[in-house]
Amino acid sequence: MMPGMPEISALALTFAFLMGVAILAYVVLDGYDLGVGMLMPAADPEQQNRMVNSIGPFWDANETWLVLGVGILLVAFPASHGVILQALYLPVAAMLVGLMLRGVAFEFRMKAEGWHRELWNWLFWFGSFLAAFAQGVMLGRYLTGFQPGFGYWLFALMVGAALCGGYVLLGATWLIARTEGELQKKSLAWARWGLAWVAFGVALVSLATPLVNETVREKWFGMPQMPFLMLLPATSFAFGLWLWFLTGKKLIDQNREWRPFFGAVAIFVLAFLGLAYSIYPWVVIDRIGLWETAHPSSLRVVLWGALAVLPFIVAYNVLAYWIFRGKARENLYE
Amino acid sequence: MDGSDALILARSQFGLNIAFHILFPSLTIGLAWYLVYFRAQYGRSGSPEWLSIYQRWTKVFALTFAMGVVSGITMSFQFGTNWPGYMAKVGNIAGPLLAYEVLTAFFLEATFLGVMLFGMNRVPPWLHMAATLLVALGTTLSAFWILALNSWMQTPAGHISQDGVLIAGDWVTVIFNPSFPYRFCHMLLASFLTASFVVAGLSAWRLLKAADDALARRTLRVAVTVAAVLAPLQAFVGDQHGLNTLEHQPAKIAAMEALWKTEKGMPLVLVAIPNEKEKRNDYAIEIPRLGSLILKHDLDAEVKGLEAFEDHPPVAPVFFAFRAMVGVGVLMIAVAWLSLFLSRKKIFPAWWLWVLSGFTFSGWIATLCGWLVTEIGRQPWLVTGILRTKDAVGSVGPAELGASLTGYVLTYALMFTAYMVVLTHIAGKSAK
Repeated sequence: MMPGMPEISALALTFAFLMGVAILAYVVLDGYDLGVGMLMPAADPEQQNRMVNSIGPFWDANETWLVLGVGILLVAFPASHGVILQALYLPVAAMLVGLMLRGVAFEFRMKAEGWHRELWNWLFWFGSFLAAFAQGVMLGRYLTGFQPGFGYWLFALMVGAALCGGYVLLGATWLIARTEGELQKKSLAWARWGLAWVAFGVALVSLATPLVNETVREKWFGMPQMPFLMLLPATSFAFGLWLWFLTGKKLIDQNREWRPFFGAVAIFVLAFLGLAYSIYPWVVIDRIGLWETAHPSSLRVVLWGALAVLPFIVAYNVLAYWIFRGKARENLYE
Repeated sequence: MDGSDALILARSQFGLNIAFHILFPSLTIGLAWYLVYFRAQYGRSGSPEWLSIYQRWTKVFALTFAMGVVSGITMSFQFGTNWPGYMAKVGNIAGPLLAYEVLTAFFLEATFLGVMLFGMNRVPPWLHMAATLLVALGTTLSAFWILALNSWMQTPAGHISQDGVLIAGDWVTVIFNPSFPYRFCHMLLASFLTASFVVAGLSAWRLLKAADDALARRTLRVAVTVAAVLAPLQAFVGDQHGLNTLEHQPAKIAAMEALWKTEKGMPLVLVAIPNEKEKRNDYAIEIPRLGSLILKHDLDAEVKGLEAFEDHPPVAPVFFAFRAMVGVGVLMIAVAWLSLFLSRKKIFPAWWLWVLSGFTFSGWIATLCGWLVTEIGRQPWLVTGILRTKDAVGSVGPAELGASLTGYVLTYALMFTAYMVVLTHIAGKSAK
């Protein structure tokens, strides 16, 4: 930590950690189902049904991690919560509209017929895309400290595009594991597209973030930490190569089907760690630090609840994934 | 920018969102317990008919639940975007209550909903029954936490002021604040009644198309029986809730009754147009002294009028919404009892099925009116006596607010239309 900053309590660190876990869980979990949504136009109607069915039992619980992440921000760091959400007002509204459209599209496309069904398929794609893109824009705006100006907005838009690529990668690798036949083959090709896109995006963010923000630049390129920190992008690059290699074949070995997905998750985890390192100890970069928390008495009461309940949440989420293991079928109710 | 414009826009947007949102939980909380009943009947009897009934209403539930989830996520963001002053002042109280809702309710219902909807052939029957029960429990728990917070904003208790912000002194008192037990019962009953009338109304709709649908007759009987028991109970609980409000928020009662001056032997105003400028009622029809009897159980008791309060809510919306709520409620009691009587007959008269269909969404109307009474009735306060609404509003510009408001309105209109189309479609089809 830099000198002259107030001390950060263990309680604040714990909540920062919990918030990080919730956001990372959200990005990976809802990321794959948003990615599947974005891939919809590239599939035929029978494949579309299997794609939606592969995420049907999970999407709602996946989105709950977003509510938890925002909830922790609200509970633990209320001052930052107000600043961040007001500064991100429009992208947040766009994301919410996107999440609403795609959330109800699950139900409506199943029950609709004819052009209604086509409409909800389209809205499912559009909602997924809008939500993913808006989340990327939020990240981009956040990383630059919400500064006004064309260049900063352009950067945010590019992060938006990059995150879409990342979610497509997650979605495609999820489909490799959860589908078979022609759709699985298509997913292998989609994964490569997503990977190329994400490589471009991660490179862009890694290069641009230190340029637009001095605090971040010092943390990465200062000595003596720099050589060690370079391990992070190097490992990401290695995972990327591995993924490229895995998805290059026409058919994937049956007991290796999950590898691409976990490779994609690894890239997300590493990118997330890099971002967390860039930002720490700030919640709003250069403005509000982790030390500006809610009252310790409130934090404690939430912490006890979280410690008591989170193991159960994880347990029954795991149970749900176990119940719905195996390949997605065309009819969800079978 | 004029501060009042932003306040009006922020309130419209939040109000629109929460009014839209409340429709769906108010149906799913009650409907979830209907599903538990249908699922238990199927488990007990093994009859494919109960299974068909269960599956039919599961579809309605899934649809409604999805609407509630997505509009609810929006809410969790708007606390921060629209009311940063709220979190700054009372975040130490509101935050933990919301966090407990996410932790104990949202994950529970979201995860087991998947098992309930898609898991029937993948898990043992007991686990499927348990999943249905846990979803119902989750929806009710969610109501518990959010109503604890809402009630605390109405009748704050158990807090301490420290350095300009509030912290909890005693969490049990915060949660079980004076109006919470009444409001929680009132809301749960409202939800059960909303669900009962939706189940009865959509079953009646089906019977109008196919009079011999035995499954629709069976569901209709269950729903009108529940409604006939709960509707009068709701009138009693509502009355108790009103007495509690008189004790803790007398200005709200004065607005509900459009009582401008403190009076002994207060009349009950049946209809009137409250005149905010002249501080009197135009075209009033009153029953002398009945107001005092209802509120104080004494014909001559004194009830404080609006003149006695420095801050009081706008009178007309509270007055009219209250009358609409009570009016719809009384009609619901009448329809429920009539239905109980008629549902014993072998042949259901068509006119009655039309009436029941017409009352399908009566619960929504009553709930929305009740919500308007209680939330507008709290004004000008956001948290009674602690924080004014105008001091909590954020600094987001009117252009951004207006743009996002337009986006929300369009999205909600589309979602609501589709919801109604699909609901009518499901209702018209056979359950088998």
